[in-house]
This record gives sequence, structure tokens and C-alpha cells, in this order.
Amino acid sequence: MIPAAFEYLRAHTADEAFAFLQQHGAEARVLAGGQSLIPAMRFRLARPAVLVDINSLNDLSYIRVDAKSLAIGAIARDADVERAPWIADRRWSLIHDASRVVADPVVRQMGTVVGSLCHNDPAGDWTAVALAARAAVVVRGKSGNRQVGIDDFLVDSFTTATGEGEMALGVVFPMPDDRTAGSYQKMERKVGDFATAAAAVQVSMNDDGTIRSAGVALSAAGPCAVRVDAAERLLAGQKPGEELIRAASDAAWHRSAPQADLRGSVDYKKHLAGVLVARGLRQALARLGVQA
Amino acid sequence: MSIQAKPLHSVGVPMKRKEDPRFIQGKGHYVDDLSFPGMLYLSLVRSTYPHAEIRSIDITEALKVPGVKAVITGKDLEAAGLGWLPTFHGFDKQMVLAIGKVLFQYQEVAAVFAETRAAAVDGAEAVQVDYAPLPVVADPFTSKADKVLLRPDRESKTNRIFHWEVGDKDGAARALASSARRIKQRVWFQRCHPAPLEPCGCVAYFDTMGRLQFHVTSQAPHVYRTALALVTGIAEDKIHVISPDLGGGFGNKVPVYPGYVCAIVGALKIGRPVKWIETRTENLTSTGFARDYHMDVEIGATADGRVTALRVATTADHGAFDAAADPSRYPAGIFGIVTGSYDFPVAYAEVDAFFTNKAPGGIAYRCSFRVTEASYAIERGMDILADELGIDAAELRRKNFIRKDQFPYPSALGFTYDSGDYHKTLDVALERIGYDALLKEQAEKRARGELMGIGLSTFTEVVGAGPSKHFDILGIRMFDSAEIRIHPTGAGIVRTGTKSQGQGHETTWAQIVAEELGLDAGAIMVEEGDTDTAPYGLGTYASRSTPVAGAAITMAARRIREKARKIAAHLLEAGEADVEWTDYRFQVKGVPARSVTMKEVAFAAYTNMAQNEPGLEATYYYDPPNMTYPNGAYVAVVDVDRETGEVKVRRFVAVDDCGTVINPMIVEGQIHGGLTEGFAMAFIQEIQYDAEGNNLSTNFTDYLVPTSLETPHWETAGTVTPSPHHPMGAKGVGESPNVGSPAAFVNAVVDALSPLGVRHIDMPMTRDKVWRAIRDAESTKG
Ligand SMILES: Cc1cc2nc3c(=O)[nH]c(=O)nc-3n(C[C@H](O)[C@H](O)[C@H](O)COP(=O)(O)OP(=O)(O)OC[C@H]3O[C@@H](n4cnc5c(N)ncnc54)[C@H](O)[C@@H]3O)c2cc1C
Repeated sequence: MIPAAFEYLRAHTADEAFAFLQQHGAEARVLAGGQSLIPAMRFRLARPAVLVDINSLNDLSYIRVDAKSLAIGAIARDADVERAPWIADRRWSLIHDASRVVADPVVRQMGTVVGSLCHNDPAGDWTAVALAARAAVVVRGKSGNRQVGIDDFLVDSFTTATGEGEMALGVVFPMPDDRTAGSYQKMERKVGDFATAAAAVQVSMNDDGTIRSAGVALSAAGPCAVRVDAAERLLAGQKPGEELIRAASDAAWHRSAPQADLRGSVDYKKHLAGVLVARGLRQALARLGVQA
Repeated sequence: MSIQAKPLHSVGVPMKRKEDPRFIQGKGHYVDDLSFPGMLYLSLVRSTYPHAEIRSIDITEALKVPGVKAVITGKDLEAAGLGWLPTFHGFDKQMVLAIGKVLFQYQEVAAVFAETRAAAVDGAEAVQVDYAPLPVVADPFTSKADKVLLRPDRESKTNRIFHWEVGDKDGAARALASSARRIKQRVWFQRCHPAPLEPCGCVAYFDTMGRLQFHVTSQAPHVYRTALALVTGIAEDKIHVISPDLGGGFGNKVPVYPGYVCAIVGALKIGRPVKWIETRTENLTSTGFARDYHMDVEIGATADGRVTALRVATTADHGAFDAAADPSRYPAGIFGIVTGSYDFPVAYAEVDAFFTNKAPGGIAYRCSFRVTEASYAIERGMDILADELGIDAAELRRKNFIRKDQFPYPSALGFTYDSGDYHKTLDVALERIGYDALLKEQAEKRARGELMGIGLSTFTEVVGAGPSKHFDILGIRMFDSAEIRIHPTGAGIVRTGTKSQGQGHETTWAQIVAEELGLDAGAIMVEEGDTDTAPYGLGTYASRSTPVAGAAITMAARRIREKARKIAAHLLEAGEADVEWTDYRFQVKGVPARSVTMKEVAFAAYTNMAQNEPGLEATYYYDPPNMTYPNGAYVAVVDVDRETGEVKVRRFVAVDDCGTVINPMIVEGQIHGGLTEGFAMAFIQEIQYDAEGNNLSTNFTDYLVPTSLETPHWETAGTVTPSPHHPMGAKGVGESPNVGSPAAFVNAVVDALSPLGVRHIDMPMTRDKVWRAIRDAESTKG
């Protein structure tokens, strides 16, 4: 449980952090909350030669909501999201749900949303949430900052679109319209466990009682979180009902391609993907006062 | 810290634990807190293969790592005559560092000593071991076939470690054959690990007198001293074992592990103190596991539900060495308690144990050796029988309980149960849970297709090893001891051969002394764990501390009282025969006005003792005449989510009878802890190996320990049936909840699923498994 030797660099500004990363390239890793990176280093599964600690970059600790979006900086903690004053707003119910079930209360004091996206664990929670809520990650590269849509950002297990020497500065969630609610459904063996299966759902309604758009994503259902496009397509424009929910749930079952591990077998995890999407849809609709 | 001003009654008082302020404030003192000048760190190279020949070990690169001082291998140890370590049971030996081949994944292969912990780990990583994989035996059933011989070093060329049996084989067979009804079920108590929060570790050094100073996280310091003397050849007076505060033990810290021997050898060879602290992974993968018993349970009964016979055939997986920390004279420990709380006219049990390419063990995880397995088997069996007969599970138990008037009760497998009132304990539990209302609710829910279950476990424990005729470790009989010194001011110190690791001895022992001597429990210090100062004892495990050391304390205190009576007579100017001990003081018979307190006597023992011998001290070595037999009735109520297999433990009532209760708060705390462990084994815990012998449960992500957030709410109550042979009537309780609760959980879940035709689910009852059982049952139903 002792990491291999490494060099530690503490950055004081984003520019400095970026300079360090540019200097050390593939050798370097960003240290955010350290809740994934430090354990991996202690098991010597990760052996970065250089750590660039960004925890002193106070201007990246922001959580800002305005008319257009919710923006979360690279060192805003999970616990800060969980306790944010705006979080009880129905429109953010997906994020609210997730903020209470990511890891455990102790880990949430240090862990970050952005760090979690950058880590891109196949069973991570924030990745599925970001897909369902259609977030984008702000990446700083040589040619300045760029926004990368979450679908492009999540490349493969533990791999993202941030290139060598680059870093993520924050994540942006578009402001959902008024008639929007979500739900995060996670099945875990105990508090603080990664998901056996999880479903992130966000639904926006039209005034006529049909679904305007839906975001549906799964965690622990493949190499990284996946969007259930088929479910999103079949929900859009439809009036909610049990049959519709069942169809979305079936789509989730088909989309889910999990690995068997100590958390569960493939068929159990696939089964859960379907069940959790159905439950998520029902809860999101209930939050909107819609009877499904 | 004044715990209590007027200590008139000490026993039965829920006194707050004296040790807790220290622990809660982070002031506990553990082995890893120790540091000595020049101290080196030891890190072990461990096998990546479950079974392989070692072609070569190359330490050149390791020795080049800055800070690395030395590397030793099995060959070095063998040359020094330290290649093997006897196991506590005495039937086998264990490699300290692998010689020639490795027999389980994570086995100790080489020891690296370095200036810092990091350098030691780097050094261990740099050791190059060339392995040639051998065929792996990953389960006892494959082992049985003897196709691959795992231990050619042993005289008998078979993987079978032992066959052991107890009871009347033919009688049981006949009775089963002629029984109107019978059930048979294989149940597996999976491999578990006690996973104490503080892993194993030590610091070893030789002082200027040439004495080995050995600081170690041990539940049995004296046994370690003797074992180290036997293993290393160092004279026992030159060994000083000190166990500081322990961060849990649960049986895991009874055996002596290879790391300890390596640390001592390193300290001797290099001449500097050596610290070895396991990682979590090392603790889970190489130190004493528990259980791993596959049990075929058969019960015969009359048509109206009277049990006629019990037969249990067990296949046990002991791993690569028979390192079972079994202190009894019987290879399967006290598995013979498998007849449980029931009046079986005849019974027979047999156990066959096998080597496999898995970590060696097992140990008694919060139980007397193999009692949890036995209790689980019989309590599952009784529920299956109830289901088979269509009789209510509580009713069937009532019908077959050993009655109050049958004690002392000789069981069919040779135990003499001391006392109990099983009917009463069950009644209290059923009333507390509201059994009848629950049955009604369940019937309504079943009609609606909802899955609700009620599970009982009415277990009998056997603790307090032990009568020395049945129990020993390496030949040392299992008595225990106490030494009490009362100081001139009425304060005092107690030392015992046991060693607290969370049980609260610092409080309970003080209460016993205070009760027996009429002193302030707050002013009685308890010291354990130092072999230079404590009287010889066998340590703390198997719920033996209160039954054995607690009895020794009581008897030593009574010796002090006898001496004190002489001094009191002198102070009261009365004849000794005219002085009586009443209401926690000495008085002249019938003249309450003429009395002295123990405090006054204590002062006089050093200042005004007349012709009496000065001082007020006593020692007592207690060899219990019998074990004690705590019992309990547990009821679990669960709701099962049909869609996901999720089980909610809605309620859990635990009624324990542990005889006289010394500190009810400590007893309740012990029960809460043990129930939580039982819950964990029932639902989430297993040391899992794949078919190739790879250990999959190597850290707390893969071996789950419940936190307060998912642990159910426990409701506790008690009945009191004192032990007739213990001087205070106490029986021991620490293990009861761990022994008794797993069956209650499984019985509840199976009860919930029984309308679907499910008859058994093995632990851990993961959601996946429960969901699968539901799905399979539904699909066979069509
Ligand atoms: C006991 C425990 C339980 C957990 N349970 C869960 C769970 O149930 N669900 C879940 O989703 N997660 C869980 N986690 C992981 C936790 O949420 C992590 O905190 C999170 O995944 C990573 O966030 P972090 O800030 O700690 O990142 P770090 O550990 O600091 O970094 C993670 C990775 O991302 C990279 N990185 C971080 N920030 C940036 C950046 N700004 N730019 C570029 N790269 C960056 C790092 O270099 C590293 O490779 C658990 C962790 C623990 C210890």
C-alpha cells in the first residue's frame, strides 16, 4: 500500500498547472480529490512519475448556476454539490439524487465531479449523469479552451478526450427548462460501493403532456457509461405510459453490455439496467406530477 | 476519572467503558505507533501463483534498491532450522517462506528489510521469482480425488488432512432409516475473514541484555511467548511479548504468522529493530480465514414433528496448510455442538478436511472453534424440517427443545449443557417481535404475491475453553489466571492472562473486583498483554475471558477477602469467626455499628496488620470444570424485492441468555457488533476464489464490511439463567450474535421465497443470488 516514488508539484494557478502538464506530458497526472488516483497509486496500478496537484486552484472550486447553465469547476467537491442551495430545484433532481449516492459521505468531502469524469470508471456515477443531462467538459489545451460534448469526452474505460498535457477545467450542464425532472437509480452492495448497475434519467415535458426530450444513460453497462439512444428516441414525442416505459426499459436491457464481476453476473446487471431505467422514468415523471 | 462514587453494586451496572475515552480521542496505542531508533521495515514478497514450483529467486536487483539492507528466502531460513512453523493444532506445520514451491496465491516467498517502509516495498517489488505453474486444486471436492498431491512433504500421501467422527454412526443410520419423515440438505458456510480493522503486525528487537522484545498485535501473548521459544530455540525467559492496544482480533490474531518469524530473524541477523505491518490485502489473503464448511445435514422426525436423529457429514477446506487455530483436542473443534438446542436421542457427525491451493486456516471467527458452522447447520436444518412437515418453525422448536428440567443435559454428541430455559428465551423473542401479528401480515402479503419472511434461530453456544482435559494449545492446558493487588488507599490493579481487543476488560474486570471487594471500580486498573507482568494465560477468543479469567478474578478476589477478614478482625478487635462480610463491608456479626470497609482494611494491610502477613494480593489459576452454554432466540423479519432480489431487514430481535450479566451496556455492545458481523456474512461477505485459485477478495472493495449506513437496527433483550458452575454465574456472550444470527437471516429470506418453492440459498445471499433463485423458481413453475 505504498505508491511507487513520484514527483509532487503543487500548482497555484491554472496557468502554472497547465505549464507543468505541458512540461511533463504523459509522465504527469492531475491530482484532484485523489479518491481514485491515490488508491490506484497505492496498489501500484497507477505509477505516474509526476503529480500536479490542482487543489490550490481556488478559482476552480466554483459551482455556478445562471440562466443558461450549471457550471462546476475542477476542484468543486461532491459534497459541495450535495449541499448547494439550488440543488432542491426539481430541474436538478438527477444531479441531486446522484450527489447523495456517489461513493460515501467521507469520500464525497474530497472527490470531485470533474475528477470523476476524467477518471471515467466503467461504474462511475457522474459519467452516466453527464450523459443523461447532456453536459460538456471544458478542456484546456495548447490552443486554448474548448468544450467537448460528453459523448465525445468519454472515450473508453479510464480514457477521455483530454490529451497529453491537457487538463479539464470544469463541466457545464445546460439549464433544463421548467418542466424537467430527473432521477438517478443506483443499485449498490453497500454504501460507498460502485454501482452494480445504475440508470440516469432526465425528462422534459411539453405542455400537451407528451415528452419533449429524454436523457437516458447507464453505468456499469460497458467499458464506460453509455447513452441508451434507442430509449431516448422512442420516448421523445410520446405520451408517458406503462407500455412506453417498458419499451424504454427493454432498450436499456439491450444496450447494457456489462462485465461479470463480484458485484453481479452479466444477466443480473442487464436485468437491473432495464429495471432501473423503468424506475427512473417513473420517478422523474412522478416528480413532474405526471402519472405514468 | 471517577466512574462511580459509591461502588456498592458493581455487577449489573451499565458502567461506561473506561477504555473508550482513550480510543475515541485517538489515544489508543497500537503496534504501528511504536518507533525505535534504527528501526527497519519488513515487506514480504508474495506468490502471484496459487500453485507453482519456484525455479529461482533472484535478489540482486532488490539489494540495489536504496535503503534495502537484506533479503532472506526460505532456503536461508531452512538452513537456520526455521523453515517451518508448527501450527497451533499440532497436526501440521507451515512454511515460513516458501521452500521449493508455493501452495497458495499471496504465500510468503521472501522477506525484504529496509530503512523505510517505501524502500522495503520497492525492494520486494524488485525481487525476481521464476515460477513454473503447477495444476491448481481450488476446492475440497477436487482435492478429495488426490489427482494432484499438494503436500508431498507429509508422511501420508493424500490431500485428506483428517477424518473425524463423533456419535453413534449405526444408531443414527438406523434411526434415520426408520423415521417417518426426514430431510437432507447441503449447506455451505462460505469462507469468511474476520478482517480486524487493525491488520497483523509486530516490532521485534533484541535489547542490550540479549532479550527478544516482541511487540505484537496478539490475542494470546503468553502462547506467543511459548510458541516462539519452541520455534526459535530462544529460552523462554529471554522472550518478552507485549501486546499493546488491539484494533480488533476476532480470532485472526491467535495464530503465529510467518511475518513474525521473519521480523525476529531479521532483528537477530541485522541487529536492529524490525517492524512488520501487514497491508489490508495481506491480511485478507494470507492470515487466518474462517469457516469454509460444506455440510450435509440430515434430520429424522416423527410425523408430528419430534426429532429422532441427526447426521451431519462435512467436507472442510483448510487451504494449503492445516493452520487451524483449534485449541481443542478434536480436529473439528467443538463441532459436536451441532445437536443445538434440541433433544436428539441419537446423532452422528463426521468431518473430512482437505488441503487446497488457498490460504491456510481456519480460525474461530468470533466463535468457539467450528461452533458457528454447527449452529448454522442445525438451525437451517430445523427450518427445512418445519417446512417439510408443514409445522410452524417456532412450534417445531418448542416441541424439541431441551427442557429446563433436563439440565445438566448430556447431549448425544457428548457435551453436558450447564443450564438454560430455551422455551422462555424463545417466548420473550416472539413476544418482542409480535410473532402472531407478523404471521398474519405475512399471510395477507403472500396472498398478494409479496415476499415477506420471518426467520428464527434458537441457538446454543458453547464457550469458555476450557476444561483442560479437552483443550490445549501446543500442549498447554486452557486454564486462565488473575493476579490482584490492592494498594494501601484501596485502589488496585488486576492482571490476567487474557487480552482485550474491544471486549471492555478494563471495565468488566474492575467491576468484578469492585463487586467482590466493595471497592470503587473506577480505581481498579486493568493491565493485560505483557508477559513479564501478567500471570500465564491462554488469551482472549472463544468467549473465554469472562468464563475463565473472569472466574479467576472472582476467585482471586475472594482469596483477598479471606486475608482481609483477618485484618478486619484485628481492626474490629473481634475473633475472625465473628467477622462477616455483608453489604460490601466487614462487620462483627449482628453488630452493624462495628464495621470496617475494605478501603480501611487495605490501609491497615500496609500500616497496621498486627501479626498478619503484610500486603493484600492474590493470584488464582482457574481450570473450569465445564464449558458454559449461552443461548439465544433471534428473529429476523425481511422484505424481498421480487424485481431486484434486494432484501430489506425490517426488524431483528435478539434475546440472549448469557447467565449473570456483569455490565449490560458492554453486553449489548458485544451483541450489536456480533449481529453486524452475522449480517455481513449472511448478505455480503465471502473470500472468493476463482476456479484457477486466484483470490478475488483482496481488499475492502471486494470483501465488504458493512458500515452504520446499511446495518439494520438491532433490538436486544435478555433472559438470565446463571451458569451453575461459574463462580459468578456468568457465561460469555461476545460470540453468540455471530454464531446465532446467520441462520436467522437465511431462514427469513428462504421463508420469504418459500411460496415460490425455494428451499435453500447459500450465503452470502447477494441480490444477484436471491434474484436468480426467484427467477429460476418462477420459470420452473411456468
Ligand atoms: C471508497 C470509495 C468509494 C467510491 N465510490 C464511488 C462510487 O460509488 N461512484 C463513483 O462514481 N465514484 C466512486 N468513487 C470514486 C470517487 O468518486 C472519486 O473521487 C472520483 O471518481 C474521482 O474524483 P477525484 O477528484 O477524487 O479525482 P482523482 O482521484 O484526483 O483523479 C482521478 C483521475 O482523473 C484525473 N483528473 C482529475 N481531475 C482532472 C482534471 N481536472 N483534468 C484532467 N484529469 C483529471 C486524474 O489524473 C486521475 O487520473 C469512490 C472512491 C472511493 C475511495
